Amino acid sequence: MLEISNLQAGVAGKPILKGLSLDVKPGEIHAIMGPNGAGKSTLGYTLGGRPGYGVTGGSVIFDGADLLAMEPHERAAAGLFLGFQYPVEIPGVSFVQFLREALNAQRKTRGEDPLSGGEFLKLAREKAALLKLDMEMLKRPVNVGFSGGEKKRAEMVQMGILDPKLAILDETDSGLDIDALRIVGEGINAIMRKPDKAVLLITHYQRLLDYVKPDHVHVLTAGRIVKSGGPELALELEREGYEAVAA
Amino acid sequence: MSGAVTLERPTNRDEEWRYADAGFLKAADPAALAQWMEWTVAPGEVVQEYRVLASGDEAGGTVERLRVHVGRNGRFECAAVNAAGHYARLELEVTLEQGAHFSFGGVTIGGEGKVQEFVTRVIHAEPEATSRQVVRAVQWGHATGNFLGRIDVVRDAQKTDAAQNFKAILLEKGAAANAKPELEIYADDVKCAHGAAIGALDRQAAFYMASRGIPPEVARKLLVRAYIADAFELVTDEEVRTRLLDEALAALEGAAL
Repeated sequence: MLEISNLQAGVAGKPILKGLSLDVKPGEIHAIMGPNGAGKSTLGYTLGGRPGYGVTGGSVIFDGADLLAMEPHERAAAGLFLGFQYPVEIPGVSFVQFLREALNAQRKTRGEDPLSGGEFLKLAREKAALLKLDMEMLKRPVNVGFSGGEKKRAEMVQMGILDPKLAILDETDSGLDIDALRIVGEGINAIMRKPDKAVLLITHYQRLLDYVKPDHVHVLTAGRIVKSGGPELALELEREGYEAVAA
Repeated sequence: MSGAVTLERPTNRDEEWRYADAGFLKAADPAALAQWMEWTVAPGEVVQEYRVLASGDEAGGTVERLRVHVGRNGRFECAAVNAAGHYARLELEVTLEQGAHFSFGGVTIGGEGKVQEFVTRVIHAEPEATSRQVVRAVQWGHATGNFLGRIDVVRDAQKTDAAQNFKAILLEKGAAANAKPELEIYADDVKCAHGAAIGALDRQAAFYMASRGIPPEVARKLLVRAYIADAFELVTDEEVRTRLLDEALAALEGAAL
């Protein structure tokens, strides 16, 4: 589903990813772990197409297509979802309006009919309930006045509504208390744990992996994947630290 | 009377015309520029006025000057879209008697080399009158959006409460905005607030929207809509508010950005 080969990318001419390769197949959940400054967020932003993140080498094939040749909104329509570490506040635009525009823009790009207001609200209500987020909150401006945990749950509601093939979740566990962590973990499983979907979990800590069991765990250090293994690698990292394991 | 008075043509040296399009002023008929529409709002009466200056004469200009006298406890509420060009000016001079209220919400929106402006003068002539002005400018190309807002509070107009707020977003390099607040206050028990800010569209918000599948032109429209909506908050009729927003956003359609 996602084949990253020798990806080199950076910000403002500064190289950050220095030849990263990764193969994610349908039905798989991959966790990418690593210390601060390893390039974890850069990987997410580069795959999402954030302006300012320049690719200097390598390739990324998503679902058979050249991901790097697509505009950010085209990547979303192709089935990519980027969960933000710091979701952005947009005053004056309600979540309902924002998500309906987003979903119908994606459907239009894919040649599908738009959802009516009623159909959309039904879908939104169902996904909000899954993440235990009050539907009233989705009538408020996007992320404005939301706590850190509410923003992350709202990210997962968005993922549920947009129903992507591949979710790249950048530190979705940061800022969550124990209960919210479980709700978000169960939400990821319910939405993305399917044979035709895949997840790339970018995380600092192993705690989210108690709820979302990864099939593969990778250690990212200084812009490269230096070690890969099964779920046991995450536990080993937690116990012994990045330096000991990645050395 | 004809020939007895020679009207002087305004130039950019005149304070109220300092940001006006110089080419337009040179060619304009001074008698036409000196004309005002005169309105009266009777005591206790409420008058709502919505004006749309839409694109028409791209080479020339539009100047509308409206002088309104608001009687005791009367209200004059005005919302306006200035999307015209090449030069488009809406000027309001509002005199408020005791306890009267004036609210104004204005949006200038345009590209190319358009010069669009609101010029207001609010005269708090008696005590306890209130005024609220919210102006938003959205410009691109080499267009300019201006707000010249003068507030006069006369000596005995105690308990005056006046506020004006101007914000501009420039969608491209080359666009410009000018704010010129002017407060002349001769009473001492007065609240007068003003604020101005000029910036660009929020890039983080634009990428966040793109990451959810919203194409750039739709994202821009949503963000601009949210941005200018403040100016039309005074409009209580939802249908009118939506129409004004649509009129303003129509100017953004097909903009080469």
